Amino acid sequence: MLNTLRNRFEQGYRTTKYPKEKIELWKRYRGRPQIQDASPAGMARACAEACPQDAIDSEKRVIDMGRCVFCGECEDRSQGTFVAFTQDFEIAVSEKEHLITDGAIPDLAAHARQHFKKLFGRSLQLRQVSAAGCNACEADLNVLATPFFDLARFGINFVASPRHADGIVVTGPISRNMKTALLETYAAVPDPKVVIAVGSCTLTGGPFRGSPEITEGLDSLLPVDLFIPGCPPHPLTNLHALLTFFK
Amino acid sequence: MSTAFLEISNGVAVPRDKIPHLDFDRFRREALDIVENGGKVVHFFAYQEGDVVKLSAVLRQDHLLTAGCDAPDTYPALSSQCEPFHMFERELAEQFGISPEGHPWLKMVRYHPNYMDRVDVFGNNYDDDIPGNYDYYSVEGPEIHEVAVGPVHAGVIEPGHFRFNCIGERVLNLEIQLGYQHRGIETLIPGAAAKRLPIIIESVAGDTTVGHSLCMAQAMEALSSTQPDQGAHTIRTIALELERLQNHVGDLGALSGDVAFLPPMNYCGRMRGDFLNMSLLLCGNRFSKGLIRPGGVRFTLDDEVRTTLAQRITEITPQVKHVIELLFSTSSVRSRFENCGSVSQEDAEHLGLVGPAGRACGMAYDVRRCFPTEGYGELDIPENAEDSGDVYARAKVRADEVLQSIDLIQSLLTAPVKTECPEPEERAMAPDAFVVTLNEAWRGEVAHCVLTDAAGNLLRYKIKDPSFHNWNGLSMSLRNTGISDFPLNNKSFNLSYCGFDL
Repeated sequence: MLNTLRNRFEQGYRTTKYPKEKIELWKRYRGRPQIQDASPAGMARACAEACPQDAIDSEKRVIDMGRCVFCGECEDRSQGTFVAFTQDFEIAVSEKEHLITDGAIPDLAAHARQHFKKLFGRSLQLRQVSAAGCNACEADLNVLATPFFDLARFGINFVASPRHADGIVVTGPISRNMKTALLETYAAVPDPKVVIAVGSCTLTGGPFRGSPEITEGLDSLLPVDLFIPGCPPHPLTNLHALLTFFK
Repeated sequence: MSTAFLEISNGVAVPRDKIPHLDFDRFRREALDIVENGGKVVHFFAYQEGDVVKLSAVLRQDHLLTAGCDAPDTYPALSSQCEPFHMFERELAEQFGISPEGHPWLKMVRYHPNYMDRVDVFGNNYDDDIPGNYDYYSVEGPEIHEVAVGPVHAGVIEPGHFRFNCIGERVLNLEIQLGYQHRGIETLIPGAAAKRLPIIIESVAGDTTVGHSLCMAQAMEALSSTQPDQGAHTIRTIALELERLQNHVGDLGALSGDVAFLPPMNYCGRMRGDFLNMSLLLCGNRFSKGLIRPGGVRFTLDDEVRTTLAQRITEITPQVKHVIELLFSTSSVRSRFENCGSVSQEDAEHLGLVGPAGRACGMAYDVRRCFPTEGYGELDIPENAEDSGDVYARAKVRADEVLQSIDLIQSLLTAPVKTECPEPEERAMAPDAFVVTLNEAWRGEVAHCVLTDAAGNLLRYKIKDPSFHNWNGLSMSLRNTGISDFPLNNKSFNLSYCGFDL
């Protein structure tokens, strides 16, 4: 008993004050990409060529955050003169075309569906469906339940049954072998329901684009309400998206 | 013992014409001989060259051995004599339509049509996309009932189907059907642009990003005769140990949660996050994505990062130690961990278990000690073998490894680390070459085998996650165990669905 109490004391209080207080992430973290206006066209082409995900359009000078895995090769190549990754983790969007950006991202709160706020603002129960990702997105959704983030204090929970859920959170590039199970889970959620796509794989196929075994974008199967980019999205990106869109 | 197989080294490329190409009967005889005398299967796969399909095997005793042969359309199964080939032969049948006759349990692995447009060995119709459509092994009797779980599970976890045959609470047999996470990685890689390879490999299994990335980088380096500097080896070693810490600490907490002892569950959950943030400190990503590339690492360990990391480790170490002490000194935890889900050493040897799951059954094998890569040659890795093979042993091995990994990282952080980050470039690879790379990731032996063709392009990229060996260990642990202990046993193995499904 004494040991249990000693441990409790040593562990202390750990829950973040976010979103009331801002959090600064470490400088090596790669959040919202910012395209630099002054960069020459040649550098833009070099970055587009270097990008393993072919996420950069050098003519339009934009980057597709849905394809991007935030590896930072383009930033390395251009020494930050064409693309620089900021530490801004608040990068979720409500429309797929908003993922294609020069660095400016529309305010999520302004685009949030107002009727969702009314319906789910005080209580949001989500069923997660893992559909052929690498389990990193799942892991960084899971940590939202740990004491630092403590998602439940906002009235948001992950639940065991789609019948108890207000929506689904999908991760992974939806393999051929998971498609039916995903669609059946969606069908089992009562209306009105929400669909949240998490991670590069779910948004566009991510690293697996081109494979005949996967789906390049959940939006080709289901109406997606919230797109959360990243590989995987930082837990704070997920937290920000859920709070801004629903609260 | 003399053998026709060629002795090779971990991470050293060999010309393919130096590898013995035997006739099938001799290949079969020699491979069985090695494995029946205590050898283990690292790889056993097929590849297509021109119109010919060939087999290749990498086995291990004290060293690595390899040989190949032309693949027959059908052949007498090796598994009928020697169990460790079981999964590999099923995979061969699924990928290349080669039928092992007399295989004790020939069923699909990942549920996809074979690469060769041959008649399906399992008689499946792949227009129907449910891998679970299959006659499961079933026990018959008036009191027997079946429990079917998945593919969508109750938590935020990956999909897989579990079929239990029970009498009352007692599980007689658990059959596991995976394949839901199949993304076609092995067929995607050879046709994809070279710049995509590190990104694809980082997503084989996100919780083993470093383990798989190291295998990929070492293979590419061996094929292109590139030598990373000492600093890069040190940073990669630190990254692999951080990955071990993240997962072991997280799982110890989850095990505690599964026996309803909540304090360590919450503490470990939070501390796991702190270890993930240490990877972010190093390379900007909590899962070390973007860190490892052929030729070295993309991020230096400058003094600011090194001292910050050392400080964070120093601060968290006593907390980790105290929580582990709390977990293992609590009698209600011990009474649930001990004698739960035991796997005997004999069964573990037959199944070829690796990593902590194998060490918990008395098999001390650890790639870091037996075939060291990166900085491990200079480090002292203890044997960590427990003998009870139960949940307690699996948890104990993991807890010991947590403390050892902390020591290893601390010892690597004492002196400045200098490295030159390599320029991303396409390196020419040796033509007609063969390399196998092994690393001890947190679940055990990860092994990649890469073959190049006459032009130096990728001919075959074979991936094996430790889960490929260990899923059957989980099934075995459930024999005669209460079904309510499934979550506890499952978490004690915590195997990868995506690493298995590829």
